[in-house]
Parts: sequence; structure tokens; C-alpha cells
Amino acid sequence: MTLNNWKTVGTNVRKVDGLALATGGSLFVNDLLDEDYLFGAILTSPHAHARIISIDTSAAEALDGVYTILHHENVQRVPHTTAGQGYPEPSPYDAVMFDNKVRYVGDRVAAVAASNEEIARKALSLIKVQYEVLEPVFDPLTAISEGAPVIHDQDDAKVIIPVFYDKSRNMPAKVETSVGNVDEGFAQADVIVEDVFETHYGHHCPIEPHVTYTKLDPHGRLIITTSTQVPFHVRRIVAQVCQIPVRKIRVIKPRIGGGFGGKQEILLEDVCSMLTLRTGMPVLLNYNREEEFVSSRTRHPSRCYTKVGVKNDGTITAIRLHVLLNTGAYGSHALTVGSNAGSKVLPMYPCENIDFKMEAAYTNLPVGGAYRGYGATQAVYGLEVLIDEAARRIGMDPVEFRKKNHIKSGQGSPIFKALGEGTEGVEMTIGSCGLDKCIELGAEAIGWGHKDPPSHPSKKRGKGCAILMQGSSIPHVDMGSATLKLNDDGSFNLLMGATDLGTGSDTILSQIAAEEIGVSIDMIIPLSSDTDVTPFDVGAYASSTTYLSGMAVKKTAALIRHQILETASEMLGSPVSALDIDDGVIKGGSREITLGDVGLHSLYGENQHQIIASASHITEKSPPPFAAHFVEVEVDEDTGSVEVLHYVAAVDCGTAIHPKLAEGQTEGAVANGLSYALTEQYFFNEKGRMLNPNFGHYKIFSSSDMPKMTTILVPTYEATGPYGAKSVSEISINGALPAIANAIQDAVGVRIASGPFSPDKVLAAMAKKS
Amino acid sequence: MIQISLNINGEDFDVDVSPDLTLLDLLRELGFHSVKKGCGEGDCGACGVIMDGIYCKSCLVLAMQANGRDVFTVESMGDVNDPHPLQQAFVDEGAVQCGYCIPSMLLAADVLLSENEDPTDDEIKEALDGNLCRCTGYVKQIAAVKKAAKMMREEENDAE
Repeated sequence: MTLNNWKTVGTNVRKVDGLALATGGSLFVNDLLDEDYLFGAILTSPHAHARIISIDTSAAEALDGVYTILHHENVQRVPHTTAGQGYPEPSPYDAVMFDNKVRYVGDRVAAVAASNEEIARKALSLIKVQYEVLEPVFDPLTAISEGAPVIHDQDDAKVIIPVFYDKSRNMPAKVETSVGNVDEGFAQADVIVEDVFETHYGHHCPIEPHVTYTKLDPHGRLIITTSTQVPFHVRRIVAQVCQIPVRKIRVIKPRIGGGFGGKQEILLEDVCSMLTLRTGMPVLLNYNREEEFVSSRTRHPSRCYTKVGVKNDGTITAIRLHVLLNTGAYGSHALTVGSNAGSKVLPMYPCENIDFKMEAAYTNLPVGGAYRGYGATQAVYGLEVLIDEAARRIGMDPVEFRKKNHIKSGQGSPIFKALGEGTEGVEMTIGSCGLDKCIELGAEAIGWGHKDPPSHPSKKRGKGCAILMQGSSIPHVDMGSATLKLNDDGSFNLLMGATDLGTGSDTILSQIAAEEIGVSIDMIIPLSSDTDVTPFDVGAYASSTTYLSGMAVKKTAALIRHQILETASEMLGSPVSALDIDDGVIKGGSREITLGDVGLHSLYGENQHQIIASASHITEKSPPPFAAHFVEVEVDEDTGSVEVLHYVAAVDCGTAIHPKLAEGQTEGAVANGLSYALTEQYFFNEKGRMLNPNFGHYKIFSSSDMPKMTTILVPTYEATGPYGAKSVSEISINGALPAIANAIQDAVGVRIASGPFSPDKVLAAMAKKS
Repeated sequence: MIQISLNINGEDFDVDVSPDLTLLDLLRELGFHSVKKGCGEGDCGACGVIMDGIYCKSCLVLAMQANGRDVFTVESMGDVNDPHPLQQAFVDEGAVQCGYCIPSMLLAADVLLSENEDPTDDEIKEALDGNLCRCTGYVKQIAAVKKAAKMMREEENDAE
């Protein structure tokens, strides 16, 4: 355990970019444009499934102000994945910049660069495309059945790692694994509960839509300023798709207006780059809100067949989880989201007999991708609803049932080894686990076991809970690194590939550096991420930044601290071992000197050199954060409407480096989870067109919609993380679906097995019951 | 093109605008980058400004409708060296995550506090209701507005 005499870690220092943001600084991609630039726009498919017979751009090209038009006949065909994952990517290479086939309404057909937006949009309308409309398939089960139209019938679609891929059956991914003997496990059970749970499409809804700005510098290098979670993957994939060397590309990530997984994808960067390469001009390309909903990425919808066997004493004898994932028109993240549906859920309840299967289906609908929660959101819903049901059936309190069965410190799970990121996973035993405390404090906060009277005779109140786990980075896949250099005033440039997308990682990584060196945070000048300047990091995803990049920063800080002490030792004639750094002052020597003295001496004095250090970090494990969520709802029996009265999220994220930011991550994830569970929904017409691509009809929670919210951070110490930290960003998006479903069950006695819990659905379930 | 005159953050501007130019686009063209475009349809509120004392969404206002009016953006509230109490409180309370929705939310909060110096949670929720934020869950923003209100009341009392 820690002595916990930290000065910066664990405190709510001022978020390093907070005031610049709050005062309206020019910090986002759209604020950083040159005076003259072209406006890019993308023509998208009106058909869910069609072949392009011909494309005539002559009228558009003749329009004054049109600079170039890209389409499948004039750009190179380079199969790749748009998923911003490490190389070799586990997602299939099933995308090209422009294809002669379109696979969903919103798929790319052509792109134009013009002198302004009006001309660009006008040019799009003048492009004549002749389509051969093909039969679409929208249902994932139909899509993988015999005789379904083949969505990826091109020869060059492939996977680049040895994993299952069967495009002839519309199956981009499949994983099966089992432990013990599930049939025997179910035979031993006194009670078996099972159901099919459906999760729906959802969008990340960053308030800043995707935006990219590209230009050539005077040396002819391509400068990509882009709203991304993965700058280094952008560099690699743009190089691949545009067929130019990595060395010719610089990717700059300024401030990002939210990502949530949606910006772990190369969606605009390749097209925008190609428009610049063709015209030699700066180009701005962004999605409007409609394009953001339709053409960017979504949460993979799923059908999770879930079955749990328990004995009357509360022992779980077997769990079966079969997931059918709808990945839409492209297989971005399908394998890994599907695998995570198992690996981030099943280890929660150690059980000798587990059967997991995941199949992903291509359909002619919007494309799935990375989304906060990443598979766990989908699978934990059904499991946690059935755990409640099983507990009820054997007459055990659901909270007691979970306390008895959840994974504990020192326990492992065969699932960790069985399910990795497309390949085998890594064996792991749980280090820190504060789940008991989370359950205890959460239950207390919600008043578990106590029912208040409803506010109206037509309403019924209920309470529900769910427990959750996630991960912290991808072991043996993710890598983060950092560089620190000392300046002549004792300040430090902290250069990180780690990508702050609004989460506050620049702040917490600066805290880690400051703590390790022994200076105040004001002396740390963070810069993330510029591929010309900062060292590599896989980027901000898989709940990796605090745990993985944080450790890279901590290692770097330890190295530079040692260099500082060596120089100070020369200056003072005192041995390194006698010296210490305390709030920027070197103590223990013949006299006290400041880090500014050391910096100045190192740059201008004897033995001149730059004090600078870099370090990288990979992880051996992915320690799960844990959480217990509790909710109280009121269900109107006349209308079916569900009102959340109080939501409690108790979270074990190890050490919270910055408690307020950790709370903020939790509250934001809960808010997103709540509106996904209750109001967010894609509506499609029979031709696969999304009918509600705007905030007016795709309802995300505003301030008035938020219920009373209680966030409880339960400190534990994860020995493998920086200052005991684990991740916090994703986990709390997963609780609302199961916790609310359980609360509805408690209130009105019906199980809602598909999201969102809209009034019509709740009403129908109550009608069916009576 | 139509010539209009307007005052932005205390400074007079005479500009030629096309009839279909929105106030949002005009403000951004003039370099007021705090005014953000999140949807262009009046739903997200990232483009909020104060016009003649009323909080409004600048994507729904034509530039020529701003002719002769006073427009305030968050640039008028304070800067990094001298932030407004609301800006300070938002940062101190952890209400700023990505920050994209924050400038307009600050303006909405500013209008609220100019009318109500001690708002309740529900009044704050209502005032911020037109500003969508996907990062925070609004909890910290409500706390920040309350904190700023308290700071401003105390400042006023000290001044008296």
C-alpha cells in the first residue's frame, strides 16, 4: 500500500486547459484555419446496397470554384480498415477510399473540394451517379443465413491477422470459447434463467462533429490537423490509403470536442488529405450533424442470448452468452467489440462452466465502431438482469447474491486468457477490487430495501442495481510513451502521444509528472499530441490513458529526476544519494538550489547538455475498474413512462489521480448511459435510411433530464498502475441499461429485454403481463 | 450583399453580409471562435450568444437580424488572466471537460445570474437546458453556477 503523502496526485488541481477553454480560446480544429482554404464535402449514397454503374462529374467540374472531385475511378484502391487500432489491426480490411459499390445509406460515393461550402454542396448535387440497386439486408440473423445478399463481394476484402473471416456469409468476425462443461453446469442448477436481450444503435454525439483540416507545408509535407483520438494511427492509415510515406505526414491534435470512441476512426482524414494532395491547397472537411449520425460510427447493436444456472444456495453453475453483433456495412471493431462483450463481462462472476460465442454480421445499415463501453455495454445488460432474476427465484436479495458471487482480489478467470483482441488474451489475477465497498456504499446511498411511496397513484416505484467491470488498456498491444525536458527556469515540457480529447488527461498526466519529479504542477507544460514532436502513443481508447500512458509519464519523470540529481550533485559536490527534490528545490546538499539553477547550469554552465528523458510503457495486465450502480425509478402505469429519480454510481478506479475529473468521467458516462437506456434511438425506414439524424429527434439528455446523481469514488490501490490508478472513463456507461431494467421489474414486475425503455415498450410489456 | 452595423463585445463593426449568412457564421468569420457550431439547427446550443440582453442561438439568427444590435460572446466575459467568476467556478468545479459547449453555457448562466442572483438547482437546470453537453452529466456545471453566484453575491456585498 501507499504511504499516500502525495502533494499533487489525488488533488483537484486546476485543469490545465480549463481557463483557455472557458474563455473561448481558439483551440479547436475549426479555429485554426488559414485565410484561404477549400471546403471539402462528401457525396453519400442514397441507397442501402447498390453498385455504381457510372459516375459523371462533368457538370460539377464545370462549376466555377470547383477544384477537384474524387471518386472510385480516380483514386487508388487500397483495402484498409477505418478502425484506428494498432498494427496489425484486428478489424478486416474491407474499406477503400471510394468503391464502385455502396453498402449503406450514407456510404461514400465521391468528394469535392471547392472554394466555399455553397459551391461544394452545389457540385455534389451536379454529380450524376447511375446505380444498379441491389437487394439490401438489414437483419443480422438474415444476413448470416443462407441466400442472403453478399455485402462484401469484392475480391480484395481480407483480414490481416489469422482470425475468422467469411465475407461470403456476411460474417466479418466470429469467436467461440468455453470453459468446463456448460451442459453439466446447467444440469446441476436448481434454477435456470434465460432470455434474448437486444441493444440498439446509439451515437456518440460529440458536440464537436468530426472535422479535419489538411495542408501542405513549404517542404511539401502534409499537415493534418484533426479531431481524433488516435493521431499516430491517423498518420499510419493516411500513409497507407494515400500511398505516401509516413515521413511526409504530420498529424496535429488540437483540443477535441469530445470523442467517446467515435473519433477512434479514420473517417475524414484520408479524403481530406487526398483533396489537398490533388489540389495543393488547404482543405477543411467536416461532418454536419446529419452526416455525423449517418456516416460516422455507432454503437454496434446486438442480440445477446444469455442463460444463467444457479443453485438454491446462490452458487452459479453455468453461464452461456451468445452474442450476435450487427456491425453494419463495415467490420470496424466488430471482432474486438464482440470479444469484449465476453472478456469485460464474464469474469465478473467466477464460474466453472462458461460458454461464449460471438458472431458479427454485416448488414446494409450504419457502421458500428468503438464506443465507450465497447461490448461490455451490450452484454452486461442481459447478464445483470438475469442475475437479478436468478436471485429472486432462489429467494436471495440481488445485492447479497452479487456480493457472494462477484470476482475478488486474487482470483483470476480463464476468460482473460481465452479472449484477447482478436488473438489469445493474457492470463490475469485481480489485484485491487473495491467491489464490496462499492456495493455497500451504493446500496446505502440509494436506500436499498426501503421503498418510498410513489408521487401519484398511477405510479409505482422500484429500485435496481448492477455491478460492472471494464479494463485498463490492452495488455501486450497498447504502448504509451512520453518525453520530459528541463528548461532554464526549472519548468518542464511534457511531450506525450497520449491524446487528451476532453477527458483531462493532459492534467492528470502532468500531475503524475509533477508528483514523481517533486515540483508543482505549474512547472509542467504538457503537449499532446503532435506526431512530429511527441513520442508515440496508441491513443485515447480502451481506457488506457491513465493506466498505461500514466505509467510511461511516471517512468519518464523518474528518469529525468535522476538526471537532475546527477547534475545537481556535480554543482553541489554532494552525492546523488544525499539529494532530494521538494517543491522544485534540491535539498540535502551543501546548499539548496532550485530546479531553475539546475536547468540554467545544464544549458549554459559546465558540461552543457539538455536534461531530457523518454520512456515507454506496455502493460502485462488490464486491471479492471469495478463499479456498483443503483437506481430508483418511478414507472407510470398509465403511460409507461419511466422516470429516474436517483442514480448512484460507486466506482473503484484505484487511486483517483484527480478526484473531480474522475467524478466527471463517471457522471458523464452515467448521463450518456441514461439517455441511451431511455431515449436515444435510431429510426430507419424500410430502405435503411435513418429518419431522425438530428438532436431534435434523437434525444440526448439535457440538464433538465438529469436525475439526482450521487457519485462515490471508492479508493483502492492497483499496484501495477501509476500511484495505484486504474481506468475510469468507460465503465459507468454500462450500468443504466441493466440497473434501470431491474428497477422497472421491481416497480411493475415486467422485464424489458430490449433498449431503449420507451413508454410504448414498457406499456406493451405491462399489457402482455396482465 | 447588405451592409449592417452591429456592436460585438463593445466594439462597433460595419460589415457586408449576404442575406442568408447566419450570425454564427459571421461571428466566426470575424474571429469570435468561442461561438461553436454543433448542429446548425438550434438544437445543441453550442453557438449561444447574448443579443440585446437575451440569450439566443446564433445559428438561428441571420446576420442581418443583428443589425443595430449589441452582441456579446464569452470573449467579453473575461480572459485567462482575469476570468469572470463563472469562468473561474466552471474550471474549479470540474465543469469543463472538452470545453466545446462551455462558452455558450457560460453565457446562458450569465443571463440567469443577471436575473436571479441565488438560483436553485432546478432554475439552473432550466437555464442550461438549451446547452447540450455530452461529457459531464451537468452535475459539475450546476455546482459551478451555484458557486459563481455565491462569489458574485459576496463580491457585491463587499462592494457595498
